[in-house]
Formats: sequence, structure tokens, C-alpha cells
Amino acid sequence: MDPAILFLILTTAVKIVVFTFICTLPIIAYSTYAERRVSSIIQDRVGPNRVGIPLTLFGAKKDIAFAGLLQPLADGLKAFLKEDLVPAHVRKFFFWIAPALTAAPAFLCICIIPFGSSITVFDQPVKLVIADIDAGPLFVFAIASLSVYGITFAGWASNNKYSFLGGVRSCAQMISYEISLGLSLIPVLMVFGQLNLSDIVHSQAQGGWTLLPLWNEHGNIFDAAYWSNCTEQWLLMIPLGISFIVFTTSIFAETNRMPFDLPECETELVGGYHTEYSSMKFALFFLGEYAAMIVGSAVIVTLFFGGWSLGFGLDAAISEMALGGILHVLIFLTKVIAFVIFFIWVRWTVPRFRYDQLMKLGWVVFFELALVNIFITAGIIMMLN
Amino acid sequence: MAIIKIKRPELTLAEKLYLPAILKGLCITLGHAIRSMLGKTPGARRNFNATGMGVTMQYPETKWDDQLPDYYRGVPALVTDEQGRERCVSCQLCEFICPPRAIAIIPGEIDSDDPWAKVEKRPEEFDIDMTRCIYCGMCEEVCPEQAIYLRKDYAMTGLSRSEMVNDKKRLYEIGGVRVGLVNKWNEIK
Repeated sequence: MDPAILFLILTTAVKIVVFTFICTLPIIAYSTYAERRVSSIIQDRVGPNRVGIPLTLFGAKKDIAFAGLLQPLADGLKAFLKEDLVPAHVRKFFFWIAPALTAAPAFLCICIIPFGSSITVFDQPVKLVIADIDAGPLFVFAIASLSVYGITFAGWASNNKYSFLGGVRSCAQMISYEISLGLSLIPVLMVFGQLNLSDIVHSQAQGGWTLLPLWNEHGNIFDAAYWSNCTEQWLLMIPLGISFIVFTTSIFAETNRMPFDLPECETELVGGYHTEYSSMKFALFFLGEYAAMIVGSAVIVTLFFGGWSLGFGLDAAISEMALGGILHVLIFLTKVIAFVIFFIWVRWTVPRFRYDQLMKLGWVVFFELALVNIFITAGIIMMLN
Repeated sequence: MAIIKIKRPELTLAEKLYLPAILKGLCITLGHAIRSMLGKTPGARRNFNATGMGVTMQYPETKWDDQLPDYYRGVPALVTDEQGRERCVSCQLCEFICPPRAIAIIPGEIDSDDPWAKVEKRPEEFDIDMTRCIYCGMCEEVCPEQAIYLRKDYAMTGLSRSEMVNDKKRLYEIGGVRVGLVNKWNEIK
């Protein structure tokens, strides 16, 4: 076999394993822990702080608690050991594939996210992104919209009126918000002039983050050259800020998070589409929801907060370092975790919307706002050229 | 009935935008989170004996014991008086009043040659089934001899149902001594 192709296949396989199982899955597991701890400190509680190493089982005097950091392990183990109950009245085939259809799209989206700049392996640069394709955001929209099938199937196959209502709501909600999700991103793509996420991050590293233009090719805010060349960046902040708000809110709706978690809405629908699910099947829905949240944060960070770049013109120096690519991965993961905590923070602050308010917000406010925003951006770009 | 027409309040622009309200909410939750993480949750130490990270009491490490109010109703127990005599005269009022029927008494007669023969009865067996007791305190209220009291103990545990039944010996152990009024056991009366 051609050594170049072999090299490509091997590096891609390694990247898939590392980014999925070492970077993303632990963040998913620990975001459930973070969800519980952050919610508890917001609500003046303590949260899970006990699960650790049970040394008392082996005759020691005290357990080691680690502030409950092993809680996700215990939860995962519990999900595997619980009885997997399939009610008699469900459509077996769809009931079985629904959890996988919810979790898989979220994981698939990981492949186009640039985790870091690039590292050198055997004198060849390897970009730290699984698939460096020229249609990044479009791929995310295409794949992420598939997860609605999982939820709709789950609601329908459960043969239960509450699950069905949850499925229908989720379907309507995701379709409504996908429009504003796509439209709100067009200004960003107009500014960068391309769809390749790696290149978008590169240009942000040099020319300032989309929402933090404190530096550009001419230097940072402490240089005079920056101030004579920054008008365009600051003017574009207006439409890009609107884009950010619409996009982030739509991601909240798309991932079924509070304040848009009407598909599961415990008070009205028992548990929504996953009422009839138990053990690992339920855990897959849970995993899918958190994976979608993390992918959503990663896309927001990539497009609006400079992805893996540290900013202030320091990225070229980091890339030249021996393990600079790894450092970039760490910077990226820090930003993603910060955003996940923001997701959690919003969930425990804002109450749930009413269903008509949700639809009104999606169709009457965000759709129009995103459309108008495209014209504002075009106007600003035209005016400056 | 007069009909009162209520006009819906006009929303200002800031209220219509909704974002300022969300920001305000985020500030409130952030304030709680920061105070919680600094261990300064209001009222945590004073009211709940908690560590200050939230108002949750970390139970096995810190306990209610020194915080229990005087009127706390815990495990019911029998008491002896200052001379070491059991106060209960086995009148069985508590057994009859007990709503969940947790109390079972087998009365015994006091022999006529006993110096306290005038008391007539003392309990031979006195069992309180703690799996049934609802801690209502009616036994304490109804007792004419003030022989049964609700203590402040609350952590009653056992590995079997029989372990959860407090017999007479155990009840006196929990109860201890109470000084004060006695009726039938009074020498003068």
C-alpha cells in the first residue's frame, strides 16, 4: 500500500480514538457530574460528594471521597447493571434503534471539529481534526438534524401518549430552530468567506476572535497600528453579536436543554420521549443529550471564540513549540468546558418556556432576526469595501 | 358582584427584549454559587449546623443533636423516679390511645405484702414496636403518672423487625431518671 495513504489511515484512526474516547467521553461523563454539582451550589445545596474509593469494604477505617469525583463511574456501572425493561406494547425494532439514533449523530459531529492546530509526526504535519472537510458547519447541520429521528422514533415506538407528545414536540422544536440555526450562521460565514472550520480558526487566531477582536494582523490593542485598522472588526461585532445570541439560543433548543426542554418536560409529560426507557437505553439518550451539548459548545467556541487559539498573536509561537498542538487542544477543551458550565448555569437559572412562546420565539423572532442580520452584515461589508 | 376590568401591564422595551431579565437571573444564581463556594451561604451555620457550602447538613459528620428544640418528639421511653422506682403503674392508657398500636403492655400485680401494695399494678412486659411508632406523643400526653416520655433520640436502627421492638429493659435504659410529680407511688396519698 502507498505509505502516504497508510499514514493517513493510521493517523485518522488514532485521532478518532483519542478525540472520541479520551477527549469527549470523559467530558460527557463529567458534565453530568458538573450538572449536579453546579446546580447544587446554585441552589445552596452540596450535591454528590461521597462516591469515592470504598476502602471500608476492604477493612480500612475511612473511605476516600475525592469530593464525589467517581460519581460518573458509579452512574455508568449502575446503567449497565440495571434491568433492561422493554414493555410489551412497544414497537420493538424502532424502540431498539431510537437510543442509538439519538446518540450517534452527536458523536458523528465530533469529526469535523478542529481540536488543535497541528502536530508533526515523522516530519509530516498532522492537522488535529478528524475530517478536515470544506463544508464544516453544513456537515454539522446535516448530521445534527438526524438526531430528531431518534427522539421521534422513541416517542412513537413507545406507544404511550406522553412519550408521543414528547416526540412530536421535539420534532416540531428541532425543525423550527434549525432554520434560525442555519440562517444565524450565514453572517459569520460571509465574514470569513469559507466553510472550512480549521481555516476559520486559523484566521481567527491571526485576525482576532469573532466576538473578541482585540488583535489583528497589525498587532493587538496596545499597538497604534491596531487602532488604525480595527474599524471593520468592531463594526462587524454588531451583526456577529446578534448571530451569536440567535445561534446559542438555537443550540439550546436543538439540544433540548432548559429553557427549551419541552420534549421531556417532567411536569407535563412524565419523562417525555424516554418515559418507557430504562437502564442503558435511557443512558444512551442521556449520553446523546450531553454529547449534543458538548458538540454545540465546541461549534460555538470554534466559530465565535477562536477555537483552539489563545489569541493576541501568541498562536504562531505555540505552534512552533514541540508539543504546541497538544497545548492548543488543552486551550480548546478549556473553552469548551467553560461553555458547558455556561449551559448548565443557564439551565438552572431560566424557567421553561411555554410551548407557544417557544414556537413564537423560533418563527417570529429568531427567523426574522437572522434574516435581517444577513442584510446588515452584507451592508457593513459593502460599506467598508 | 361588580366586574373589575384589569388592564394587562404594558411591558417596557427592556422587558420585551427578555435578555436583561435573563442576565439578572444569571447574576442572582451566580451570587448564590459564589457564596456557596466560599462557604458563606446565609443562615447555614446558625439554622442548619451546616458547613456553609449550601444549607445541607453533612449528616453523619454533623448532627442535629445540639440543635434539637425542646419540643422535639423522638423515641418514646419509660422513666424511673429519683428513688429508682419505675413510674409506670400499668394502667394501659397509652396502649389504648396509641394510634398505630405500637405499644403492648402485659400488666403484673404487685403482691399484697409488698410495701407498695397500694400501687396495685406494675408492667410485667412493656414493648414499643418502633417500626409502628409514629412519634405522635399521645402516650406522653395521656400518661397520668408521667412515666412515658418522648426522648430526643431519633436514630433508631435495627437489622430485623425484632430488633426494632424496644422491651422494658431497653426502654428504661433510654429513658433514664425524671424528677417530679408522682401520684400512685406517692407515700402520702
